[in-house]
Amino acid sequence: MSKPSTIELKIRRQDRPNAPSRWEEFSLPYRSDMNVISCLMEIQRNPVTKQGGRTTPVVWDCSCLEEVCGACTMLVNGKARQSCTALVDQLSQPIRLEPMSKFPLIRDLSVDRQKMFDSLIHIKAWIPIDGTYPLGPGPKLSAAEQQMAYPYSQCMTCGCCMEACPQFNDRSDFIGPAPIGQVRLFNLHPTGKMNAEERIHSVMGAGGISECGNAQNCVEVCPKSVPLTDAIAEVGRQATVQMFKDLFG
Amino acid sequence: MAGPRFIVVGGGLAGLMATIKIAEAGQCVDLFSVVPVRRSHSVCAQGGINGAVNIKGENDSPEIHFADTVRGGDFLADQPLAKAMCYAAPNLIYLMDRMGVPFNRTPEGNLDFRRFGGTLYNRTAFAGATTGQQLLYALDEQVRRYEAEGKVKKYEHWEYLGMVRDDSGVCRGIVAVDMRTMKPKAFPADASMLATGGPGLLFGRSTNSMINTGSAATSAYLEGVKYANGEMIQIHPTAIPGEDKLRLMSESARGEGGRVWVPRKKNDPRPAKQIPEAERWYFLEEKYPRYGNLVPRDVASREIFDICVNQGLGLDGKMMVYLDVSHIDRATLNRKLGGILEIYEKFTGVDPREEPMKIFPAMHYSMGGLWVDYEAKADGFINEESPRNHQTNVPGLYASGEVDYQYHGANRLGANSLLSCLYGGLIGGKAMVSYAAARAKSAAPAAEGALQAAEKRWEKRFAELAAMNGEENPYRLHKELGEMMNEHVTIVRHNEAMQMVYEKLGEMTQRFSRIGNLDGVGWANQSLLFANQLWNMIELGKVVTLGAIRRDESRGAHYKPAFPKRDDGNWLKTTVATYSPGGPVLTYEGVDTSLVAPVARKYD
Repeated sequence: MSKPSTIELKIRRQDRPNAPSRWEEFSLPYRSDMNVISCLMEIQRNPVTKQGGRTTPVVWDCSCLEEVCGACTMLVNGKARQSCTALVDQLSQPIRLEPMSKFPLIRDLSVDRQKMFDSLIHIKAWIPIDGTYPLGPGPKLSAAEQQMAYPYSQCMTCGCCMEACPQFNDRSDFIGPAPIGQVRLFNLHPTGKMNAEERIHSVMGAGGISECGNAQNCVEVCPKSVPLTDAIAEVGRQATVQMFKDLFG
Repeated sequence: MAGPRFIVVGGGLAGLMATIKIAEAGQCVDLFSVVPVRRSHSVCAQGGINGAVNIKGENDSPEIHFADTVRGGDFLADQPLAKAMCYAAPNLIYLMDRMGVPFNRTPEGNLDFRRFGGTLYNRTAFAGATTGQQLLYALDEQVRRYEAEGKVKKYEHWEYLGMVRDDSGVCRGIVAVDMRTMKPKAFPADASMLATGGPGLLFGRSTNSMINTGSAATSAYLEGVKYANGEMIQIHPTAIPGEDKLRLMSESARGEGGRVWVPRKKNDPRPAKQIPEAERWYFLEEKYPRYGNLVPRDVASREIFDICVNQGLGLDGKMMVYLDVSHIDRATLNRKLGGILEIYEKFTGVDPREEPMKIFPAMHYSMGGLWVDYEAKADGFINEESPRNHQTNVPGLYASGEVDYQYHGANRLGANSLLSCLYGGLIGGKAMVSYAAARAKSAAPAAEGALQAAEKRWEKRFAELAAMNGEENPYRLHKELGEMMNEHVTIVRHNEAMQMVYEKLGEMTQRFSRIGNLDGVGWANQSLLFANQLWNMIELGKVVTLGAIRRDESRGAHYKPAFPKRDDGNWLKTTVATYSPGGPVLTYEGVDTSLVAPVARKYD
């Protein structure tokens, strides 16, 4: 495939949460090894549309640019992913950039994912340690147990799975796949387990795990391959057991 | 009566640890961060955290860790804090273990440890190759627990702008701007901490996150806080080149057996795999038989510079060498280095388990930062109850984490940064509680006037920035700044070139007055925030550059070919920069080397 001489972008712009949105087109000189972020940076240095009109630099969230902080998620050619690992040479053009649709819009490509952090409070996503004073090492873990927990602990709250989940939307209270993965993580830990029931209860009932429609989109879009469907299956099983326990003591 | 108020700015390891210590003492904290704290730059740390737990029967000890740390820093660190940190390290690792960090394990189920640079011991605990992420998440989760209890109130998407000081010069709170409404607001506090990280963006592209502007620290400096050892900038020997940033390739790749080499033949056209062993030059192993590929970062970066620039042996004629892990089996690589190898593969399309990686040096860390105090005891340890620990020269303002300067001297050892963040946050947080308790006993003057005045001052500043309509684009100006700093104030430094840089920085201050506000929308205006950061970056550039010009010696990361030797007679001292409108005023302080006497630093 011959290299193009330009990089063509179509970006959905919106100045404020309740303002109308619009598409803007940009045409940048081609350079190899560009990603979506470096395109957006190029526009900052020269905020002019393809048609030659002056515009504002695009507003978007980013930080680490190594796909580990989770900040720069957006829809790239319709797919939720981190824009830092979206390499221009691997994308069809014009590259379409849009904000995720399942979270309140802040501006342009920036959305508010506070709901995901609130869910971490709801499910008590922490190990209830006694204090930070010296109490010796934590519980022993086998290498196999560590290898089991570690993938869940790489969830960077980026929102891809939430965006892809058909059940997570503003017509439903469904908590979404990411927090369920965290229930699994904390209930795997020897200390975390001590509060396993509380966490299972937090995803039972309205908005809980029973609202998962088993579309399995979440695991497909997860950039870190967090085994979300395994978590949903296991937490779902535990929730069923818990329901019977609650009923029959 | 309401208790004392505490502010922590920055939600990386240091800020979160301080927050936890304050909340654990029963107090409430207002926690400010430009990003949700779970996205802070600590997330980028990969390879691990040091602590002499001595799990491998090597007779390692905190004392040896301490000796490695001060020698690694070329004896520029004040020793009591470094010593206390190294002795606290095993317990800090245990603490993180208890918080649920999925550290890699030995077959017996103990914490596993690996090698890192600048030491001969397996001293680095790790969680795959995303240790920083895992430690950050663990602290984030503990803070969330306090948040649920109402002890911590988070102000995420708020950026620190400046201090609030009362008539006696005491810090009584901060001004921060809501990054969406763009309104500055003053917040009162009895003790405030900056845990705002390093200044990577000063160098344009670095291994740092985009939030690492150094802006908060520089603002504090512009308002009278001293800045120490600004010239001590670490260049990491192994990064992946990129248009937008230079991605880190962790030292743990070498800790697990990765080897650095170049073809012996200049511009060898053969693919790496076809170059036979005898025609590869493992230059670090040859020159440093004891430490090999695990020499400290400053040493490795200089050797790569020498190989590529002086000897012309860089790959494709560039400043680039091979980092090779392809001789290690895939299962081990995936278990111990998975995260970073995936990143390399995602960005380059090459599988590093099969092909040697192409890497090059990149700005990575600032050893220097805001000047902070400490109180040592007669035995050389720190009095951890003292309110002086981690306090800047402005009473009531503390600094911990990469933003401080205390632990790493002229060069930081790999896997000591997560440790210094945790330890600095821990004793800094404790010190803030002690300070506020002591102050509660005396009647402080009202701060209301100072709060209002500071808020007004920043409202005015932002109105001025918004009204700027000149031709200079702040992002382009920043690109120039970064390229200039990167070229002249990193691995190899020449006074003449740096003098030119210093003059250009003065010109950039002038050019700043001709920038334009690129964005007329008064909501979530990132360009306006960036303009404010850029002003600070230029000022910090002056501190770094002037410090480097003055220090006529070579020590740790600071290397001048014209002064190739360490000069303890003249330069065993801390550079302290104080702001003045005419440029930084530099003074020098002695270094506390009472515990380990400086010796020649050798790794061969």
